[in-house]
Amino acid sequence: MLGVGTATLFLSLVVLLPLAAIVNRSTDHGWSGFWQNVTAPQAAAALRLTLVAGLIVAAVNVVFGTLIAWVLVRDDFRGKRVIEVLVDLPFALPTIVAGLVLLSLYGPTSPVGIDLAYKQTGVLAALLFVTLPFVVRTVQPVLLEFDREMEEAAACLGASRITVFRRVILPNLMPAILAGASLSFARAISEFGSTVLISGNLPFKTQVSAVQIFGQIQSDNPVGAAAVSTVLLVIALVVLIVLDLVQRWAVRRG
Amino acid sequence: MGRRGLRLAAVFYLAVLLILPVGLVAKRTFEHGVAPVWDALTTPAALHAFQITAAVAGLAVVANTVFGVLAALLLVRGRLPFKRLFNAVIDLPIAVSPVVVGLALILVYGRNAPLGGWLDDHGVQMIFALPGMVLATVFVSLPLVVREVVPVLEEIGTEQEQAAWTLGASAFQTFRRVTLPAIRWALAYGVVLTLARSLGEFGAVAVVSGRLVGKTQTATLFVEEKYQNFDQAAAYATSFALAAVAVLILVVITVLRTREEH
Repeated sequence: MLGVGTATLFLSLVVLLPLAAIVNRSTDHGWSGFWQNVTAPQAAAALRLTLVAGLIVAAVNVVFGTLIAWVLVRDDFRGKRVIEVLVDLPFALPTIVAGLVLLSLYGPTSPVGIDLAYKQTGVLAALLFVTLPFVVRTVQPVLLEFDREMEEAAACLGASRITVFRRVILPNLMPAILAGASLSFARAISEFGSTVLISGNLPFKTQVSAVQIFGQIQSDNPVGAAAVSTVLLVIALVVLIVLDLVQRWAVRRG
Repeated sequence: MGRRGLRLAAVFYLAVLLILPVGLVAKRTFEHGVAPVWDALTTPAALHAFQITAAVAGLAVVANTVFGVLAALLLVRGRLPFKRLFNAVIDLPIAVSPVVVGLALILVYGRNAPLGGWLDDHGVQMIFALPGMVLATVFVSLPLVVREVVPVLEEIGTEQEQAAWTLGASAFQTFRRVTLPAIRWALAYGVVLTLARSLGEFGAVAVVSGRLVGKTQTATLFVEEKYQNFDQAAAYATSFALAAVAVLILVVITVLRTREEH
């Protein structure tokens, strides 16, 4: 019983109470105040960029994450084991370092002449960097346990390689791909550290919501910051619930 | 696209997004040899930042290890009245932006908030001080230990624990001699993941620390400050040190993962 109390108190003090405070504070000036803060031009522009970038990042990760997982499981070449370890690097690397890393190759002093600093493409690159492992790591275990006999049966029945992939492999990978995509999306819309340096924090252009919230906190507008935070929280919560439903559906389907 | 084409596409994507940029940071760091890097890492400001990072990460890892094992035991073995809610709340931090975490903590533990004001009256300053930074780091790395330990606890079952009980072991003895050895690799894995996340935390700590140079500045905040002030050498050297730790952690994780599988 003591354990239950301690764990619940800890969870309440660290997570529940602070998050409740955000939602509570966001309506300090009533619902109209909340709405005004969320639809203020700068806040709305940042939210739009955040959501669009999140969707693009999820889509790119679906394609390249699945591709990388496929190559890691089905292919064999020198250096594969190094790549296997490196794929996790974005999770271990501090986000501010991730931003600096990208700026060193794609910044103002780029040795290849590509400068993404203060551009929306730079923000996308940062988000793609930090979300790289999600789809790879959800799809890889499913591919490893995949029953090759199904593919062989389809091939024997005359299906082309593309048909086998589209009709046999892809449907089985779908729950894992969707799980990875929703995790990438959730991470992308909340990302801060990696975008700070490369985005240059230009309102209406490269400013994502996390950076915009940070600005509001710095200029002592906690109510405005809390309003946009609440929107991000609700979106993330919906994504987590959808992810949970997808996984349950996958388990039921076997 | 044949097998070679797929391989080429995957390696190309990884190269331009990950491998080449990381490699270039290493090259730029050592552009002028090892000595300037060493000098940049051993300035008083840099050393202080590393100390703060070590203190905050260390405390957060201890807190999350104790909580993680306790929560995992409760979730798998205990009779929690609201288990599903408890489970969901533990996963919540994954989806919350670090900046939002920082704001949330300020709203509760700031001097103007009821709880923060009460603590302040009793001599405990949370925000713009170490306790708040530890709290922020605990928040962002909360699920990592729990999520590693829970599946192992489910898998090992309760037979051995019950055997120990029947033979007269106390609850604590059973935990220390039976349960802990069984979960040790998963626990180690979770602890290392927590450590990696804690060392690298930026956004939440940036908000609650007030970024006071020489007081609450962590290594990641130091990188940002130096980069913004055009001190590229210090920014690159510190980044390289943090990246080296990250790679080391990855190697440890790879070893632990293979241990766990055996």
